[in-house]
Amino acid sequence: MDIAIKDGKIVEKVNERKAKVIDASGMVLMPGGVDIHTHIAGSEVNAGRLLRPEDHFTDVEAKTAVTRSGVGHSIPSTFTTGYRYARMGYTMICNPSMPPLEARHTHEELEDTPIVDKATFPLLGDWWFVMEYLQQGMIKECALHVAWMMAATKGYAIKIVNPGGVEAWGFGRNVKNLDDPVPNFGITPREIVRGLCKVNQILNLPHTIHVHTNRLGQPGNYLTAIETMECVEDLATGMKPVIHITHCQFSAFKGDDWRTMRSGAEEIAKYVNHHTHVSIDMGQVVFTDTTTMTADGPWQYTLYELSGNKWINHDVETETGAGIVPFKYKRKSYVHATMWSIGLELALLVDDPWKIYLTTDHPNGGPFISYPTIISWLMSGRARESMLKRINKKARKRSLLPNIDREYSLYEIAIVTRAGQAKALGLKNKGHLGIGSDADVAIYNINPEKTDLSTNYRSVRRSFQKAAYTIKAGEVVAKDDRVVRSIDGKTIWADPGISSCLGHAQRSEVMQDLKERFRDYWTVEFENYFIPEDFLKVSSPILVTPEA
Amino acid sequence: MIILSPRYSFKVPIYAECLSPDVFAGKSLEEVLLLQAWEGNKQRVLKDLFSIEGEVDNPPDKITMQIGGDIRKVRMIGARMSFGSMIIEGDVGVHLGWMMKGGEILAKGNVDSWVGCMMEGGRIEVAGSAGDYVGAPYRGSTQGMKDGIVVIHGDAGNEVGCYMRGGLIVIDGKVGEFAGISMRDGTILIRGDCEGRAGAGMFDGKIIICGHVASILPTFTIDDIRPTVKINDEKAVGPFYRFTGDITENGKGKLFVAKDKNPQLSFYEKYL
Repeated sequence: MDIAIKDGKIVEKVNERKAKVIDASGMVLMPGGVDIHTHIAGSEVNAGRLLRPEDHFTDVEAKTAVTRSGVGHSIPSTFTTGYRYARMGYTMICNPSMPPLEARHTHEELEDTPIVDKATFPLLGDWWFVMEYLQQGMIKECALHVAWMMAATKGYAIKIVNPGGVEAWGFGRNVKNLDDPVPNFGITPREIVRGLCKVNQILNLPHTIHVHTNRLGQPGNYLTAIETMECVEDLATGMKPVIHITHCQFSAFKGDDWRTMRSGAEEIAKYVNHHTHVSIDMGQVVFTDTTTMTADGPWQYTLYELSGNKWINHDVETETGAGIVPFKYKRKSYVHATMWSIGLELALLVDDPWKIYLTTDHPNGGPFISYPTIISWLMSGRARESMLKRINKKARKRSLLPNIDREYSLYEIAIVTRAGQAKALGLKNKGHLGIGSDADVAIYNINPEKTDLSTNYRSVRRSFQKAAYTIKAGEVVAKDDRVVRSIDGKTIWADPGISSCLGHAQRSEVMQDLKERFRDYWTVEFENYFIPEDFLKVSSPILVTPEA
Repeated sequence: MIILSPRYSFKVPIYAECLSPDVFAGKSLEEVLLLQAWEGNKQRVLKDLFSIEGEVDNPPDKITMQIGGDIRKVRMIGARMSFGSMIIEGDVGVHLGWMMKGGEILAKGNVDSWVGCMMEGGRIEVAGSAGDYVGAPYRGSTQGMKDGIVVIHGDAGNEVGCYMRGGLIVIDGKVGEFAGISMRDGTILIRGDCEGRAGAGMFDGKIIICGHVASILPTFTIDDIRPTVKINDEKAVGPFYRFTGDITENGKGKLFVAKDKNPQLSFYEKYL
């Protein structure tokens, strides 16, 4: 079968005599990879870079004729990030946590991340406006605010991190469960999640709400994760998902404390298998030295206390917070080994690959360059076994992995690494090779007809590490683990067209209110906050029409 | 024996990671002449920078390299070396014996900062004085010197043995502030005076100060007075006040301070 490409799109056929032909016989061809959750740009990531000079000197890339130099293992510099993704055959990545105030910085860094297309999600779950409007039950007004914020920050989806908890952390507290009121706001995390889910439906944004659950990283939190999924169950219409639980592994702990901590993957997988309104991503842990960073300030404080490492804590005015802690996942640690097991259990126990996506929550669970290793674990029971032998004994005994025979096929890998993620993101032109889709193609040098992928997991890993060809927008950008051409990727953002949410009179009232409170709440003026479209190098807005 | 001496006076830093017996081993003189090094942002071959005489010894573990002249701008000499020996005639730049695993370096002049940075084995002996961060890790890292011996016959700067995890550092002269900061294990012997704040944030390990130190950090508690301290196979003769700390880190590091040289610390005796 031939794939024809013309003008950056996949077309039915081209003039074969004039076209450049790539012979990919005996290889695996997939759409370009899509990463739904990877922290690669923004003030948080950059603070992580500053915090960790020791992460840089061990991993250095020299410049070539087409690429720039760069450094960094867990938090590579922007250019290196783009090149490394391209070399693995990825062409679209989503930066999932952008404090709206830092949107300019984030976009500047995304601009410097070459080759791949990118989208970024503003953090809105702990924004004062959202909480105040939701508390008063003013959903439509809230939707207008969110729509304005999407356009102002050139964001793509609503990201919610530890709803209410990040705000509470500003006062040294956290929320304990979905019904624990947020101090000073008289609103519960449940109301925030439900409210923003409704807002998401009103605005008709392409992606669902992207939720980092409450109590992340605490033993016993699998119940909170299931409750969070349950709390929006009634909002779903048809088969369409309404909530995405991100890096679910970190939200799937059973037990009362670290000693009794066990896997809650079975229960979560069971819930996901029986419901259509939810999608999740893995947040797989790999055993390496990495840097954790999230907007979840209280959780990062816990991590700092656990590890005793240096750390950064940050509060972003009225919007959100952040924390950064370097962390090393050790095979011999019971908790770390159990976390490793939970991620894989989730992926293997959720029957439908369209509901779970491969991520490491880069760099929280491990750097994105470890995706090929995770692919080999998913595709091969043997690969899992060989790691199981080397992990903590108690964790091995309690792991469900030895009882799971499932091995992903290449089709399933294509779904969890690109097709499913593109579908969840509502990207119609990505994650498939149909006529009219973007000509983003990855070719891997492995022949499933000749090689048993389950036993030769090392060659699986190798071939996914080094794509034979990566084609982005119809251009060969990487070949045999070498970037041959550096192009600018698009910045995809959702343009909800704020005009149609409310009536004209109401709209100007809400905007007036926004302007006034901007004075009181922010250090940045209303006029300077909005990022104009020409600020983006390659802007690619997706027009969304709000529900009437 | 192979002898290197600079062809001219270097104005910008030279990164010469290739100056190590591990790299030289098994190479002919012609090959050695073509090894690469950075002069500022320009890549050079060794023969542009140094005049090289003699030949590479065989077998490799008998390799002796002698570097003479003014090499204060030359960095990373002996980086990652694991065997052989190096003799450095004059003063030398930063990162001498970077991540060194074995072998021996003898520096006859003074050395700049970061001697034995992240060292894992071997021996470095300096006849002159050393700069700051003897046996310290790379910036930001907590993986300091793991093993090996560093002996400085002169003085040393600040933060000797920062994040040290093993091995022995001996300073015959005086040291600056924060000797053994955040130290995890290993031993630091200071025969001269110490400017203060010794052992700040230390978790474990041993610091012995035979000279004068104005004060001990308040986060150290006195244990007892010891007549001698054991250092590997040797003994330092005291008597010494023995302190434990740093208690802000729940540390159980031991700080020994000579009693005779520090009468101002005698008030601690009432807590015994």
